[in-house]
Amino acid sequence: MISVRGLTKSYGGTLAVDDLSFDIHPGCVTGFLGPNGSGKSTTMRLLLGLDEPARGSALIDGAPYAALRWPLRSVGAVLEARAFHPGRTARAHLLALAAASALPRRRVEEVLAQVGLADAAGRRAGGFSLGMAQRLSIAAALLGDPGVLLLDEPVNGLDPAGVRWIRDLIRSLAARGRTVFVSSHLISEMALTADRLLVIGGGRLLADTSVGALTARGGGSLEEGFFGLTEGIR
Amino acid sequence: MISVDTRYGFREAARMEWIKLRSLRSTRWVLAGGMAATVALGVVAGYNTRSVTGDPTSNVLAGALVGQVITGVLGVLAMTSEYSSGLVRVTFAAMPRRGLVLAAKTAVFGLVCLVAGEITVVASFLGGMAALRSSVPHPSPGDPAVLRAVLMTGAYLALTGLAGLGVGAILRHGAAAVGVLVGGLFVLPLITGAASRATGKFMPELIAGNSLAAVKPVAGFTWSPWLELGIVALQVAALLAAGGWLLVRRDA
Repeated sequence: MISVRGLTKSYGGTLAVDDLSFDIHPGCVTGFLGPNGSGKSTTMRLLLGLDEPARGSALIDGAPYAALRWPLRSVGAVLEARAFHPGRTARAHLLALAAASALPRRRVEEVLAQVGLADAAGRRAGGFSLGMAQRLSIAAALLGDPGVLLLDEPVNGLDPAGVRWIRDLIRSLAARGRTVFVSSHLISEMALTADRLLVIGGGRLLADTSVGALTARGGGSLEEGFFGLTEGIR
Repeated sequence: MISVDTRYGFREAARMEWIKLRSLRSTRWVLAGGMAATVALGVVAGYNTRSVTGDPTSNVLAGALVGQVITGVLGVLAMTSEYSSGLVRVTFAAMPRRGLVLAAKTAVFGLVCLVAGEITVVASFLGGMAALRSSVPHPSPGDPAVLRAVLMTGAYLALTGLAGLGVGAILRHGAAAVGVLVGGLFVLPLITGAASRATGKFMPELIAGNSLAAVKPVAGFTWSPWLELGIVALQVAALLAAGGWLLVRRDA
């Protein structure tokens, strides 16, 4: 469960997130849809306590992120595909995170197998393709078997097989009762993945809707529905 | 499994940082290369020692000139490489208490540098002594002042490593941090020294050569080596404190 109230953040005078409020519930996939630069990644960073909001709050199961006792066991996040040292092996990267969360070594091998990197685990991650890098980042997010997953543009740059793999993974996580929040600027991908859509533009929440409702609004086209909402907004 | 009322702490942070440090092949090679270069310089300096009235101990520790740059750069990279890759956001998401992360980095990296530094200076001393010509006096390792000079130089190498970590945390950019560190060590003493020679007693790089590594007193360095080591340690602590302060307050 994620609760965001009045969340506001600006960088050097530019408002990136403007008075955002929403709840995200377990058991379904909530899509976060908006153009590039609309404030999706900023919202993700604020949720993770990486950036400090100017106003408002972002709570995970009722507590601010910084108060989590074992953060990786509560929240798994993918912010960037290549958020690892290129000289470290995939296994060493995950072992360091497992140590941070007092998770057994066995969990590292489990998530490596789950994302299909068991054979590449001993290779330096700097040589990974984008798809493998994305899989490693997802392995890190799954490490603590968290109840909440935040995925920022997880399908960017993936080949069709990778896109489908992530879609299936996201759906199965929600089916197992996880709270799943996925951002994307790809409308068609969101249509296939998300149960519920939060549409953001210019840092403001434009709609809290479903794929069906937004499609109806666009006269049968989800894309038209989206452009109807975001037209004229940066 | 851990019970629910526990929370991550220094132990978990230190384990994470230890795994990060030891899992980079480049760090191992740079450290080993730096140690070898430091010892080699000591051997050359020993062989080139001709003065009968000089300070052979100080001479054979001259390799610290290179060693301090190696540990310093490794310290910088321990922090800034996390920023260049984006790993820092993963680290801080796993451990939101950023001061704890820096404390763990300081402890783990500092300890590794201290062990490496002491091994390096002892090897420099032994190698340098073996290379000394028979015409110059051979200092005895049993002499307390000699032992103090050797061990303090090793500690100095660990301190410059931590200075690099502090500067890296402040600037977050590798090239900038290396520039500031090297400038602070080697260029700053030239500038302040031109204004007042008395400032040398506060400049780490001059302290290392003229006080910490010296068995015989050097003009201008009248304070005890212990006090001088404390001055260096205080500067390093100030850099780390500033880095920690910024780490907590800035967006990651």
